[in-house]
Amino acid sequence: MSTSTGSSRRVLEKGPSGWLAAPALVFFLIFAIIPLFGVLFLSFTKWDGLGEIKLDGLSSWTTVLTDPVTGNALWVTAKIMFFSFIVQAPISLLLGVFTSASQKYRAALAVLYFVPLLLSSAAVAIAFKALLDPNFGLGPGLGLPFLAQDWLGNSDLVLFVVVFVIAWQFVPFHTLIYQGGVRQIPASLYEAAQIDGAGRVQQFFAITLPQLKYTIITSSTLMVVGSLAYFDLVFVLTGGGPGYSTRLLPLHMYLTGFKANDMGAASALGVILVVIGLALALLLQRLGGKNRNASQLEGA
Amino acid sequence: MVKLALRSAAIAVTAAAVSISLAACGSSGPASSAGNADSATMWGLTGGNQPVLQKSIDAWNKAHPDETIKLDFFANDAYKTKVRTAVGAGQGPTFIYGWGGGVLKSYVDAGQVADLSDFVASNPDVKNRYLPSVLKNGVIDGKTYALPNNNVQPVVLYFNKDVFDKIGAQAPKTWDELMALVPKFKAAGIAPFSLGGQSKWPDLMWLEYLVERIGGPEVFANIAANKPGAWSDPAVKEALTKIQELVDAGGFVNGFSSIAADSNADQALLYTGKAAMILQGGWIYQSMKKDAAGFVKGGKLGFTTFPTVSGGKGDPADVVGNPSNFWSISSKATDSQKKAALDYVKSGMFTDADTQALIDSGAVPVITGIESKLAASPDKDFLSYVYGMAKNAPTFTLSWDQALSPAQGDAMLANLDQIFLKKISPDQFVSSMNATIGK
Repeated sequence: MSTSTGSSRRVLEKGPSGWLAAPALVFFLIFAIIPLFGVLFLSFTKWDGLGEIKLDGLSSWTTVLTDPVTGNALWVTAKIMFFSFIVQAPISLLLGVFTSASQKYRAALAVLYFVPLLLSSAAVAIAFKALLDPNFGLGPGLGLPFLAQDWLGNSDLVLFVVVFVIAWQFVPFHTLIYQGGVRQIPASLYEAAQIDGAGRVQQFFAITLPQLKYTIITSSTLMVVGSLAYFDLVFVLTGGGPGYSTRLLPLHMYLTGFKANDMGAASALGVILVVIGLALALLLQRLGGKNRNASQLEGA
Repeated sequence: MVKLALRSAAIAVTAAAVSISLAACGSSGPASSAGNADSATMWGLTGGNQPVLQKSIDAWNKAHPDETIKLDFFANDAYKTKVRTAVGAGQGPTFIYGWGGGVLKSYVDAGQVADLSDFVASNPDVKNRYLPSVLKNGVIDGKTYALPNNNVQPVVLYFNKDVFDKIGAQAPKTWDELMALVPKFKAAGIAPFSLGGQSKWPDLMWLEYLVERIGGPEVFANIAANKPGAWSDPAVKEALTKIQELVDAGGFVNGFSSIAADSNADQALLYTGKAAMILQGGWIYQSMKKDAAGFVKGGKLGFTTFPTVSGGKGDPADVVGNPSNFWSISSKATDSQKKAALDYVKSGMFTDADTQALIDSGAVPVITGIESKLAASPDKDFLSYVYGMAKNAPTFTLSWDQALSPAQGDAMLANLDQIFLKKISPDQFVSSMNATIGK
């Protein structure tokens, strides 16, 4: 009797068997780690996708690093990342808080808000491309001239159109995260605050926001790192144009690899993308504070 | 968190994984009823000629149950990336669909396509059925690697006769006449030219024709031959300057950079009377015939050659565009696949039924001796015009983005886009393109 409790306690202390992670690790190894090293290797070669793979030293890297298009792609990526975050974070936080309450109409609205989440990026992009057409799109269709702008053809405007469409697609996802986060906050905190005489706005800033700290970090990490992977939507919507205005780093990598057939340079770009993604994720992780296990619910 | 980051890292390197999975798809795809393990495979393109090709293969399979061909279709852009990855991985189809030019050369250099010279030499009927100006686009270093498989597609200046009547104008014969028309159409509230600028390649047609008219075919021949500094030819700069003058004059429809050619929005502007003219490939006749039957049948669609430029060296009869599409045979195919493929090329292609089906769809087959068939078609005006254009052209220059290497083509389209947007000057274009010579 006593021995069996002892052994089960020991199992609990060690946590579940490491073998449970094996299937996931195998997939991760095959589809993430091995291609990662493959790409690193390819970045030191010259290959057009058809013939032989020839070792070529650092020439892909010098091409990529001296090409002004790479710098521009980095700058466009940074801008999209920044504006996406600025637009998406507050909207999804507020929508998440709004939809987390229990009224029926809020639940109904929540369902509507989540519709874009069900659509694939390509479908979203094709739909917006048609809606934004200056001659046959939404503006002329509804007879509203101010909607008939050169949305996707004006180099200064197009970036914000892309940010808008990305937000339209991804805000529902982050709203869902925040909704779950808000629902986890114990009601007793709000009751105590009410007794202390705190108003709604005060409650939001003093309780909701601090309690959502880790939800905010998770959502922000997904937003920021995810914006390194906005490829499908932009590829279909603008193809990186006009000019190089929306040629994001992942898109630039794709076009270099699969349109210009320069796999060496594309691989070098891929490595850059990986390094930036890792650095950003680690940075955001640090912002979360050192002691990740500290409870937010002390005193609740 | 680290795992999350690694996952995003994984997304970033999907390109590598894609090439593996694409290769795996090479042998699958939608199953065709008439396939066995060793039947020849063929990848075609969706769009105008899809039903024609389907019919041709169906008829072949029915008549030759021992040499069946398994046919799958892909959209243009998707096909171009997919076929390359599949061929590179040794999983390509027996029949490789192509455009000739720089891409074909890269297949030849990699030893992926079979040399058909002996086949052509021993089957003079095959060689003789084609228009010679088209056939030579499948020849590299004196050897035949690709044979034309559909219709001739020169770039044509289309116009809407209704709106020309409205302002009492004639189709432009010279560049000066063209520029003079711009303010007249603008005053009438009609855009002079439609342009699918978002798709980038329609921009290229302007540069191709202007360089051809100003400097003659040698200018691009030098560029295609990778002669150092070939883009510095004054004809290129003059052509780019003329394009920017036309942009400044408001020659292109407002918001042309937002208009996609792949959704046919550019041609819709022409047949709805919102734009007076469009410079586009011969293939848009097929889609306008479907989408705007009344407009085409009612004789409202006009077509002419690109205007001449005063002082230009080019022959006004010279043509740019796509001479045809081509079949190459994979050198990695099995012997029985190759035999079936060559037998089809010999006796299954351009049968009377195929030729008639192409003509009925509004296309001009790339073969000789079809004048009477074209004359009997309801589209005889356009078809005979295009046929004559292709047959009599002293030079038929392949679309530059196909003729150049993929890396050069990609850079050229992006830079030309910037010319139309006036983000760069002709000199900047010339110097960044000179930097791609040999790439």
